[in-house]
Amino acid sequence: MERYYQPDIECASREQMIALQNEKLVKQVQHVWDNVPYYRKKMEEKGVTPDDIKSIDDLYKLPFLSKADLREAYPYGLVGVPLKDCVRIQSTSGTTGKRVVSFYTQHDIDLWEECCARAIVAAGGTNEDVCQVSYGYGLFTGGPGLNGGSHKVGCLTVPTSSGNTDRQIMFIMDLQATILCCTPSYAAYLGERMKEMGYGPEDIPLKAGIFGAEAWSEEMRHDIEKTLGIKAYDIYGLTELSGPGVAFECSAQKGMHINEDHFIAEIIDPETLEVLPEGSQGELVFTSLDKEAFPLLRYRTRDICRLTREKCSCGRTHVRMAKPMGRSDDMLIIRGVNVFPSQIETVLINQGYAANYMIVVDRVNNTDTLDVQVEMTPELFTDNVGEISERQKSLEEALKSMLGIKAKVSLVAPKTITRSEGKAVRVIDKRKI
Amino acid sequence: MSIKQISVFLENKPGRLQKMTGVLAAHEIDMRALSLAETKDFGIARIIVDDPFYATNILKDNDFIASMTDVLAVAIPDEPGGLDKLLQIFAAEEVNIEYMYAFLGAKDAYMIFRVSHTHSAETKLTNKGLRVLSDEDIAEI
Repeated sequence: MERYYQPDIECASREQMIALQNEKLVKQVQHVWDNVPYYRKKMEEKGVTPDDIKSIDDLYKLPFLSKADLREAYPYGLVGVPLKDCVRIQSTSGTTGKRVVSFYTQHDIDLWEECCARAIVAAGGTNEDVCQVSYGYGLFTGGPGLNGGSHKVGCLTVPTSSGNTDRQIMFIMDLQATILCCTPSYAAYLGERMKEMGYGPEDIPLKAGIFGAEAWSEEMRHDIEKTLGIKAYDIYGLTELSGPGVAFECSAQKGMHINEDHFIAEIIDPETLEVLPEGSQGELVFTSLDKEAFPLLRYRTRDICRLTREKCSCGRTHVRMAKPMGRSDDMLIIRGVNVFPSQIETVLINQGYAANYMIVVDRVNNTDTLDVQVEMTPELFTDNVGEISERQKSLEEALKSMLGIKAKVSLVAPKTITRSEGKAVRVIDKRKI
Repeated sequence: MSIKQISVFLENKPGRLQKMTGVLAAHEIDMRALSLAETKDFGIARIIVDDPFYATNILKDNDFIASMTDVLAVAIPDEPGGLDKLLQIFAAEEVNIEYMYAFLGAKDAYMIFRVSHTHSAETKLTNKGLRVLSDEDIAEI
């Protein structure tokens, strides 16, 4: 039997949900208007005032917010409450000006953790479960979000954070963990390692996994489910909006239910910015409904996906989003880390290379690989193989310290990287998503 | 006299070396010697040609990265012990060899050396009575 963390909300009728959203939206817009001058200015430029927003049908009148706005307003420009009321920040993995910092009041954290609790219950979690959280703890939202959700559900929470694989496995086996939360690529790696250690699916106590923070394919889901003997659930979120738990998968495993009592989802055409009808593929846009510290109206996620309101067999009524197909801008998520081609470009240029490069992302043995192909230049060329290899190695080190993940550098002959007349294509993503 | 060797950057991929030889062939450049130094993903082709300046320009015009390096070419008799005698002199004079390769002429063998200090090495070797070849000598082989 399907269980819910908050059945009244998760299974509310469409009419109830619209009424709730209308009421919350009016308040949220007023809150932003009163407390976030950055967005108020945008509204004024568009000639919109809070009086124009009476229901969710008026949502289209509001201006969009993009990641560029977040960067421009960094760090405090979009904060809607006095800092004395904020209790925490979380941040994306960006290491340049691209870093996004999100703010939370205690109320915001409670709602966020509730969203994660819904995801854990949807994956079958109860207070009888031992929930191992192997997402990173710290600035990254994965660890803190699922940790809080696990507490709310009443699971025995094992905060292993990421890394130290053998210790992870020891805890899974010794404590008989039943729920695992981590990135899908880490789950695959744990599975591989456990298999090597001689544990078959019947030996592994886990029954469910909640995996997110990076795109993953159905093939990968099946692999993980088979190796670990579990059911693997997808979870979606953005630091900007809180973190994981903006949407989560239920037992039907057919799309992720968006927590519509906290976030209104729209699909727009990323070119024309027009709202598209249900079922269309386009860019996902979110409006927060009850955030205090970091309210975002019509925030463009750059994630490309579809929404469906078809009835779900789990009984939840919230709209479902398909796995995002890709991002409309150029950010890459590699091993759960956000990577921007421009960061790579910065390193190359700092090291004396030309800005002719190609980023090749692939997935080998369920782990993302990053290969940066860069053209050799006459200035960097010497007759000494060792010297060139040294330089190649120091470039790899510089990339690692900039990106936080390992990158392989391949030196290629001049003019072998295709030049583009329009927007340069810098990325070849070979991962089967 | 040291001679000019051309060093060419090549990706370690099928067909790359041929692309270079194709350019040289099309311009009727005569190669005297060729040696390859390679890593997993790139390599350096080192070539001795009849006209190094012309060949370098041609390669650059065809989008190769090519540079000239001074190396020492020494003729030795093509007989057992020929190289050993030569290297005894290098050893005695403490000339450090970075890399070397060889090619055969009609009667002599020719050794190409890249050494740490080309000019002082050249002086030491000629003082010992060795004949170090010039670009003109190479062109005539």
